[in-house]
Amino acid sequence: MDIFGIPIQALLGQLMLGIVNGSFYAVLSLGLAIIFGVLKIVNFAHGAFFMLGAFTAFLLAQYMGAGYWLTLAVAPLAVALFGMLFEFLFLRRLYGLDPIYGLLLTFSLVLVLEGGFRVAFGSSGQPFATPELLRGTLNLGFMVLPLYRGFVIVSALLLCLATWFIIERTPLGASLRAATERSELTQAFGINVPRLVTLTYGVGVGLAAFAGVLAAPIFHVNPSMGSSLVIIIFAVVVIGGLGSIMGAIVTGLGLGVVEGLTRVFYSEFSSTIVFLVMVLVLLLRPAGLFGREEG
Amino acid sequence: MPATNSLKTLVVSSTVLGLGGLSHAMASEGYTDDVVRIGVLTDMSGIYTDLSGEAALEAVRMAVEDFGGEVNGVPIEVIHGDHRNRADTGASRAREWYDSEGVDMINDLSNSGVALAVAAVADEQKRHAIVNSSSNIGLTNDYCSPYVTHYTYDAHSLAHGTGKSIVEDGGDTWFFLTVDFAFGIGLEEQVSEVVREAGGQVVGAARHPLDTTDFSSYALQAQASGAEIIGIASTGADAINAINALAEFGVTPEQRPAALLLWYDDIVSLGLETAQGLMLTNAFYWDANDETREFSQRFYERTGRMPNMAHAGNYSSTMHYLNAIEAAGSDDPDAVSETMRELEINDFFASGGYIRPNGRMVHDQYLWEVKAPAESEYDYDFLRLVTTIPGEEAFQPLEESTCHLLDND
Repeated sequence: MDIFGIPIQALLGQLMLGIVNGSFYAVLSLGLAIIFGVLKIVNFAHGAFFMLGAFTAFLLAQYMGAGYWLTLAVAPLAVALFGMLFEFLFLRRLYGLDPIYGLLLTFSLVLVLEGGFRVAFGSSGQPFATPELLRGTLNLGFMVLPLYRGFVIVSALLLCLATWFIIERTPLGASLRAATERSELTQAFGINVPRLVTLTYGVGVGLAAFAGVLAAPIFHVNPSMGSSLVIIIFAVVVIGGLGSIMGAIVTGLGLGVVEGLTRVFYSEFSSTIVFLVMVLVLLLRPAGLFGREEG
Repeated sequence: MPATNSLKTLVVSSTVLGLGGLSHAMASEGYTDDVVRIGVLTDMSGIYTDLSGEAALEAVRMAVEDFGGEVNGVPIEVIHGDHRNRADTGASRAREWYDSEGVDMINDLSNSGVALAVAAVADEQKRHAIVNSSSNIGLTNDYCSPYVTHYTYDAHSLAHGTGKSIVEDGGDTWFFLTVDFAFGIGLEEQVSEVVREAGGQVVGAARHPLDTTDFSSYALQAQASGAEIIGIASTGADAINAINALAEFGVTPEQRPAALLLWYDDIVSLGLETAQGLMLTNAFYWDANDETREFSQRFYERTGRMPNMAHAGNYSSTMHYLNAIEAAGSDDPDAVSETMRELEINDFFASGGYIRPNGRMVHDQYLWEVKAPAESEYDYDFLRLVTTIPGEEAFQPLEESTCHLLDND
């Protein structure tokens, strides 16, 4: 059966891949959206933290013999700690300044991290084995889906929903949202806002690192693996609405699907489509699909 | 990273320039200045760093040291720069080197786009360029020059090595996964020609950008094509990712992958488990004979890695260039060009190699097969020789070249 001359297998296959990519977009843009929402920092280093997550997992596996599941738990935590240290030592000094300073600082961190890893590990990438348990494939009829990619979709979505739940439905999330809207007033209620801010940065960074570990068996672990993604992630966040949690998740998945569909009809355009959507959204709804216009 | 590297290069090259200036007073007769300066223009920070990069520079340095550091009493100097895989950056760096830094010859030149751009500058400035790490055969056709030498391999030799052997083995229908710039497109064209000549059929191609990490959608396109052979017209990380994706989505082994330019380093990255059985056409393998082992051992001690064919080519071509200067008694580009084309090349890299008027260095190529893990007996024991392709067969027949230096019209 064909749709517009495209075999339905090919269409469904690309759609499925779109959802896999969308899962990465969702986790990454979620972290970025949280950080922007609370810190008002454009975290250019998000892609580098994604890479750092993958590399930490690789190093843990390579030198300490850690299994995949252990690295999936430990690597994001370790990278989150590193992120919190970075926030505490450097980023903190830039709050209240023009956002360009935060952008420059985080961008320089990207240069340092990527350059350092390139010197240490080269540019070709390091192989990272798929966990034994998820090595098979799943025949969906229209395509052969590697089990691991299925796992990526499920775990990414669960993580996104859990993060959304914590922020929107728990007391901790309530304090966080309060700190976002009226930071001084929240502080007056006895909530340690600076600590909350550091924690938020850690969570955002940890999400990126988690996505990095998820990505490690799919893409080779290499120093520039984050930089190709980060631009798309920024577009996703802009389209979803800066700082909007659900917006980031839904838009991430949605754009993955749009990209997948574009690949079927006009492959060369697939790397551009996200930005075309961004232009359209900015023209028609400047605050993003899920954003609120600020008064 | 681009910014930091260009700063480093700037500092290095300005230091070199300053030192060069000090000794300008006494110029030896027959030499444009008092020094023979070689520039290694390579990818120091991007996707092809592992294939050429720092190790390519080291190979050229080794050649200069082995030559004795001077030619006819004139010191030899090596400088380097990063072209960042951008043709415009490469061309402007080359122009700067030839114009104001007295560079006599530029070597390595990974990335076909960069190589073509630098070749044009070399021709215009009448200075030498030797291409070791790019494949586009435009270099010995429409863009040929008396000052440009294409040394190690090219798209024609790859197509007539790997491509031809697979077609002869019964691979009739082909689908290409092609990296979208001069290198990939040139290689796809060459292999397509070989396939059609042999009565095979090319059913389609998908083009992907340089440095693609996720090949899953291309893998599905390849699968949908139903072709027997998936020709991978890319190299380095791109080829590695493509091969992995094809395996992951169950495209292979039903459909067979044909990596059209696989480097020794790519096999290290892929691991023998994934790479076993792949065919590759390489002009050099470290473990081929005693001479190659001797060179490779020394190279390994300096760089911590085994040389690939481009590294070996960088060494051999630098030697040949210096030999030509010595024989000509001058670094005059025209005299050197003539002598380079007269002298035969006999070393660990090539035996009976010679440079045609269009700049093509003709020497034997080898078709290798990657060993299975069980067959690999010691470190870096990766390849088994399948067949030797004589230089005359591997490279484009001279009468087919469109080079303006030939009377082929």
